[in-house]
Amino acid sequence: MTVQANQEAPATWALEIEGLKKRYGSGFEALKGIDLRVREGDFFALLGPNGAGKSTTLGIVCSLVNKSAGKVRVFGHDIDTDLAGAKLNLGVVPQEFNFNQFEKVFDIVTTQAGYYGIPLRKARASAERYLRKLGLWDKKDTPARMLSGGMKRRLMIARALVHEPRLLILDEPTAGVDIELRRSMWAFLEEMNRNGTTIILTTHYLEEAEALCRNIAIIDHGEILRHTSKKELLTQLHVETFILDTDQSLATAPVLEGFETRLDGEGAVEVDVEKSQGLNGVFAQLDQQGIRVLSMRTKSNRLEELFLRMVEDNARQGEVTP
Amino acid sequence: MTASAILTAFLTIVVREIRRFTRIWPQTLLPPAVTMTLYFIIFGNLIGSRIGSMGGFDYMSFIVPGLIMMSVITSTYANVVSSFFSMKFQRSIEELLVSPTPNWTILAGYVVGGMARGLGIGLIVTLLSLAFTRLQIHNLPMMVLTVFLTSALFALGGFINAMLATKFDDISIVPTFVLTPLTYLGGVFYSIELLPEFWQGVSMINPILYMVNAFRYGILGVSDVNPYVALGMILVFIVILSVVSLRMLQRGKGIRH
Ligand SMILES: Nc1ncnc2c1ncn2[C@@H]1O[C@H](COP(=O)(O)OP(=O)(O)OP(=O)(O)O)[C@@H](O)[C@H]1O
Ligand SMILES: [Mg+2]
Repeated sequence: MTVQANQEAPATWALEIEGLKKRYGSGFEALKGIDLRVREGDFFALLGPNGAGKSTTLGIVCSLVNKSAGKVRVFGHDIDTDLAGAKLNLGVVPQEFNFNQFEKVFDIVTTQAGYYGIPLRKARASAERYLRKLGLWDKKDTPARMLSGGMKRRLMIARALVHEPRLLILDEPTAGVDIELRRSMWAFLEEMNRNGTTIILTTHYLEEAEALCRNIAIIDHGEILRHTSKKELLTQLHVETFILDTDQSLATAPVLEGFETRLDGEGAVEVDVEKSQGLNGVFAQLDQQGIRVLSMRTKSNRLEELFLRMVEDNARQGEVTP
Repeated sequence: MTASAILTAFLTIVVREIRRFTRIWPQTLLPPAVTMTLYFIIFGNLIGSRIGSMGGFDYMSFIVPGLIMMSVITSTYANVVSSFFSMKFQRSIEELLVSPTPNWTILAGYVVGGMARGLGIGLIVTLLSLAFTRLQIHNLPMMVLTVFLTSALFALGGFINAMLATKFDDISIVPTFVLTPLTYLGGVFYSIELLPEFWQGVSMINPILYMVNAFRYGILGVSDVNPYVALGMILVFIVILSVVSLRMLQRGKGIRH
């Protein structure tokens, strides 16, 4: 419910980025002037292929990367004039593990709280709360290097939350995490979001963005290609492919008028359906041909298709105007 | 951040540093204790008895202040350079960089953390020396001030070294090729009165000579240089290195892209 309220009347922007540019020391221009705005309470995904500039963008927001030009504000705190104010509102889960491998889990999290000026007793209580929530409490005295990859990821999430930031930024939080754990991390993030924390994440799993996020920006070659709601993005998908399992072992794909069909590797029928067409025509025609549909699913992830198409278009444009 | 939040952040860094060097005590606390005990036995007892007196004191009494300073300098420098460089190397420095802790607090935390080890070692070595000689104290404030300021100065040196270092080799170059020779030639083992005039002059440009002598003055009351000049000089260096360190942190070369 807070979510809807926030969408209608955004009192504040959790994150505002204007004309952000980054040229690395090597001379490479990783960001070519991007604009991005994230509402308070949002669950926002920054999508893009490898090297698109996602980590660079987030790195600038949390001041691990120096920007070349542009403005960044976190809950209204400009990082040029009130960096400490911006940092206090921000929790970061970086893409790469960046804790001291020899320190113990509990020490890592309480120390981080100390860096935010939280007194020891409160720091310990907060560390315990988040380590418990993330299922790491029984590992509290284990040196970080002895954790599994998924545990290290969760350790970084606990560390990012220990000072209770209003904006949580996660750079590929579920990379290298198994499906079960990924689901439980999703549930955890959704709960955080419901309780009011604004979340921005980057991910390669488009399924993740589709499952979690309300708003999405697509970035490629240092430029924002799209900045919109997930809903709107999805309605732009005109054609969806459905896979139908039938009661017959077909040698050739059934011919359906008005629809493109083919057989997939396992003998199921693939049908391309345009948004305006609807599915009734498909079933009616199959019925006429005496083919019974046993089950149906959509092929691949819809966002994924859209995403690939966009990135391809962008690459093609790049070829024309180099 | 409020003043009390900054104090918390500062103490967090210091405690973290102390936890680090006590966790790896066989690498950090034990070696200087062993080395210095050997120095006391060999130079002080075995050879020292044949050397006779130096600067008006028996040789053992003469070298103890120098050896204490030597271990303080080496340990302080080593602590800051290796701790900060490994933070940089493992990128766990990012934990601090994303936090609102001001740069000067980060610097102060590392400096005091390094001093904790350096002065801790100094204390251990002093206690060990009591097994070999009687320590008198000529000028306590001078002694304490010298050892504290010297330790702070070399903590800053270690910090700058760590900021500049890009690989592990870079953190041992200065200790091996600069600090060790300067210390050995800095009047730890002899009074520069023994040297020909030319080498006395050369020795006078060695900053460690001043620190060792000021400290020895605090304990024995003898010095090759004016101890107050030495103190002033250390202070000036501390100011210069602090400014340099802070500027390096602000620019973030090697820690921010
Ligand atoms: N320190 C650096 N020096 C020079 N170039 C860099 C540096 N860091 C990143 N880059 C370049 O900037 C571009 C963007 O990198 P960035 O890490 O932001 O991409 P990303 O979108 O996070 O990719 P991924 O999905 O692989 O994590 C890449 O081409 C990368 O090679
Ligand atoms: Mg990245």
